[in-house]
Amino acid sequence: MSRLRAIQTLLASIGLLLVVALIGSGTSAATQQNFITALISAVIVYGLYVFIGNSGVISFGQISFVAIGAFSAGLFTIPTQPKHFVLMGLWSFIADHTVSNFASYLIAAGLGAVVALIVGLPLMRLSGIAAGIATFAVLEITYNLFLQWTKIGPGPTTLSLVPTSVGVWQAFIGAGVAAIVAFLYQSSRRGRLLRASREDPAASQAIGVNVTRERWLAFTLSGGLCGLGGALLVHQLGSITVDQVYLELTFLTLAMLVIGGSASLWGATVGALGISLLDSWLSAAENTVHVVFFSVTLPNGASDLILGVIMAAMLLFRPQGVTGGREFSLAFVNRLRSRRTRAGTESSRTAASGQPETTLEQDMQPTEGVESRAER
Amino acid sequence: MNLGQTIIDGLALGALYALVAVGLALVFGVLRLINFAQGELITAGAYALSLTSNWPVIAQIALCFVVCVGLSVAIERIAFRPLRGAAPATTLVATFAVAFALEAVWLIAFGANGKPADPLSTLNTIAIRGSLNLRWITIVEIVAGIVLLGGTALILNRTSIGLQMRAAATDFRTARLLGVRTNLVISFAFVIAGVMAAVVALLYTVQTPLVTQTFGLDITIIALVGAVVGGLDRLWTATAGGFAIGFATSVLGDVLPASQEKFLTAFVFLLVILLLLLRPGGLFTGFGRTTVERV
Repeated sequence: MSRLRAIQTLLASIGLLLVVALIGSGTSAATQQNFITALISAVIVYGLYVFIGNSGVISFGQISFVAIGAFSAGLFTIPTQPKHFVLMGLWSFIADHTVSNFASYLIAAGLGAVVALIVGLPLMRLSGIAAGIATFAVLEITYNLFLQWTKIGPGPTTLSLVPTSVGVWQAFIGAGVAAIVAFLYQSSRRGRLLRASREDPAASQAIGVNVTRERWLAFTLSGGLCGLGGALLVHQLGSITVDQVYLELTFLTLAMLVIGGSASLWGATVGALGISLLDSWLSAAENTVHVVFFSVTLPNGASDLILGVIMAAMLLFRPQGVTGGREFSLAFVNRLRSRRTRAGTESSRTAASGQPETTLEQDMQPTEGVESRAER
Repeated sequence: MNLGQTIIDGLALGALYALVAVGLALVFGVLRLINFAQGELITAGAYALSLTSNWPVIAQIALCFVVCVGLSVAIERIAFRPLRGAAPATTLVATFAVAFALEAVWLIAFGANGKPADPLSTLNTIAIRGSLNLRWITIVEIVAGIVLLGGTALILNRTSIGLQMRAAATDFRTARLLGVRTNLVISFAFVIAGVMAAVVALLYTVQTPLVTQTFGLDITIIALVGAVVGGLDRLWTATAGGFAIGFATSVLGDVLPASQEKFLTAFVFLLVILLLLLRPGGLFTGFGRTTVERV
């Protein structure tokens, strides 16, 4: 029963991803990109969630693994012929080898995980602010290397000519796989040990949890998912610069995780999809969009401003995120239903006791998947 | 390149970063909050200078101070006061959000191309010529660093409000129980942070006369990294850390051969990681002090 209850959150997350993919597949090619972006954001945010959400340690460095995934998948799928022309300084191993689309995802995820494994070995001993700064240092080093070292990447120029193979369904499969991996990890024994250390590091150490080792595993897994996200990103865009996988993406994806609720998979899903779609809409509004009777044009930079304000406000009023860090559960839907049947006979009592449940209901409002379930 | 010159340039840059670090450490001391928005104060001050380029220099400087201090206190009242007592990760992301939103405001208001600001450009002239070229700005930066750090130390050690600030930094609750007016102390910390930001804005526009929306954020992040490496728990260790990273960046930039210089950031941050691993509580924190919480 408890396993059944636990898996609800995975089903709800995948259901929500599916809704986004279905809506996206019905829209025009240009609008569709926003939905693909939302699904890819979900992959990256799942990557962040596996480490930050489960361990409670803040990391500014996970986008380095997105960068590694994006550049490795990109470089290995550009056809060999133009690659020799465009990127002269490249190491001959990278220049001479070109792999299939599917293999490039494996390479990206694998490389992300391996680098995270190596980087995590010394870093996972740190916690708190020191961990935040050290992971930020990792981001800076990766950025600096990709920007300057033309043997491993395009340097300050744009990496282009990458095959754009990612459509809605490929992005959906990527996001679904990431959700399943994150779910399997968080409900595994190792995942639970790490979550115990998040709640109380000292007590979990006292019962024999090797906190450093558990964090290391999560960091590695997170690196792999972030690498996958980077590969999807580069195959969506077809070209990428180092600046696209640096500070702004770090901020945006962290915002998604925190706004959704960093302590639950459901929170990561809601935050990633919601904020990504909102961000796409606001960016589009900088070039005029039509809302019912009005046409809205926002000044350049307004989308960042609105996002920043929403995020700050969210942290003031709901520091645990929209979902409050809770997993999705049908239990509260059942409670609602039983309340509805009781309502006919004892309407006065349920009205008095209905207060906490209505707040729960409001929590779940922004998501379409839940509404359809609640209707049944 | 002359070794003496290298060291003097390093001292000047170090002093600048130390001033940013003081502001960060003071706020961290009383609130346990890393204030990314400190950088936006510097940016705001610099924009104030650029918008008033036809005013007398004294008025420009006065306005710069007013803007920085006002914004500093306003941010504390609006955004940070409700967050007191929240988890460190939450407050960290919140200050990041405030910085991000303010950056968007600068972009909307002033555009992406940047504004020129150089009220003190005369300081760029050479004061002492010889085997060492000493520019006025170098002297001013070092002197300003010493004077402001000394002044802060005096306030903290010789005044009543300084004593209250130190008490609040050591144990916030007990200080409150003993009658320290917390709102006053916290506001005062943000006032000093604003003053530091104004001075940094003034001095930094001399060497970087183009104000863009990330003008202050970049140096704040570097100074923050330095302050954490030095030890954010105490004012002087954080300041020393800020100074050290400025000094190290400047000296490494001179010493490294040209082919390696483009990897300067990577070298500096590799050093940061190493130092954090060896001394997670802070490079200048005394031995035997531990930051790990015991039950």
